[in-house]
Amino acid sequence: MPDAARVLPLDGIAPLIGPALTMTPLAPCMRLILRGRAAAAAAAAPALGMRLPVLACRSARTGERAALWLGPDEWLILAPADDPLAATLAAALAGVAHALVDVSHRQSGLSIAGSAAATVLNAGCPLDLDHTAFPIGMCTRTVLAKSEIVLWRTGALAFRVEAGRSFVPYVWQYLAEAGREFG
Amino acid sequence: MLLIDCPYCGKRPEIEFSYGGEAHVARPADPQALSDDAWAAYLYLRSNPKGRHAERWRHTHGCARFFNAVRDTVSDFFVTTYKVGETPPAEAWPRAAE
Ligand SMILES: [Zn+2]
Repeated sequence: MPDAARVLPLDGIAPLIGPALTMTPLAPCMRLILRGRAAAAAAAAPALGMRLPVLACRSARTGERAALWLGPDEWLILAPADDPLAATLAAALAGVAHALVDVSHRQSGLSIAGSAAATVLNAGCPLDLDHTAFPIGMCTRTVLAKSEIVLWRTGALAFRVEAGRSFVPYVWQYLAEAGREFG
Repeated sequence: MLLIDCPYCGKRPEIEFSYGGEAHVARPADPQALSDDAWAAYLYLRSNPKGRHAERWRHTHGCARFFNAVRDTVSDFFVTTYKVGETPPAEAWPRAAE
């Protein structure tokens, strides 16, 4: 049997690095979708090392782990690729009604940062990305042109974009095209 | 762009949402007991008012939740939005004035 090698959607694409805009493909990581009610969220907290955010469109972080509110009973959990979290979380949730799905390979991510990042995102995303409307730590599912994305503001001028695996090249090219005027 | 007030996420651009038809259409408790006409009416006949209309929406590209809205079909103005299972404010309810 031949060796299987993992191919990432942005393999071979070099980061864009300019004075006002940098775009970087993100390395593989663990992604889990947890769905459940308050009891499931409470049961997950000790295994995660943090409480799941209950405020709409807000995130929580501890160390290398992050939990993003996607809906009133849905969270996207991000962790390093070698994190044993999936097993510990499944064990902690045993007996509580929930759904825990590993979507690490379903989607892929990129980071976009710089003084022009919000402007470039707004070339395809209709949300108000001003700090008052979309502060640091805010996250949401939304759209970028023809693709659905998860957008997370990780810093004053930095965002993480997650999209379905087959959409990621489109998202990258769309943002790169929109960013051309910023060098 | 038209902003729709998702009961979970707040005001969000219209293109994140999808329309889900008239709200509060209750499935008959005993479909077997219905005449063909009554069943067809449940399946296909909707109120289609000129004015306030209670309808289902889904924040598809957001929290992905269904919710209800009262919208004016003449002006496209959203009078109110509310979670499934909740009752809208009486002044927004389209049938209260009848
Ligand atoms: Zn929503």
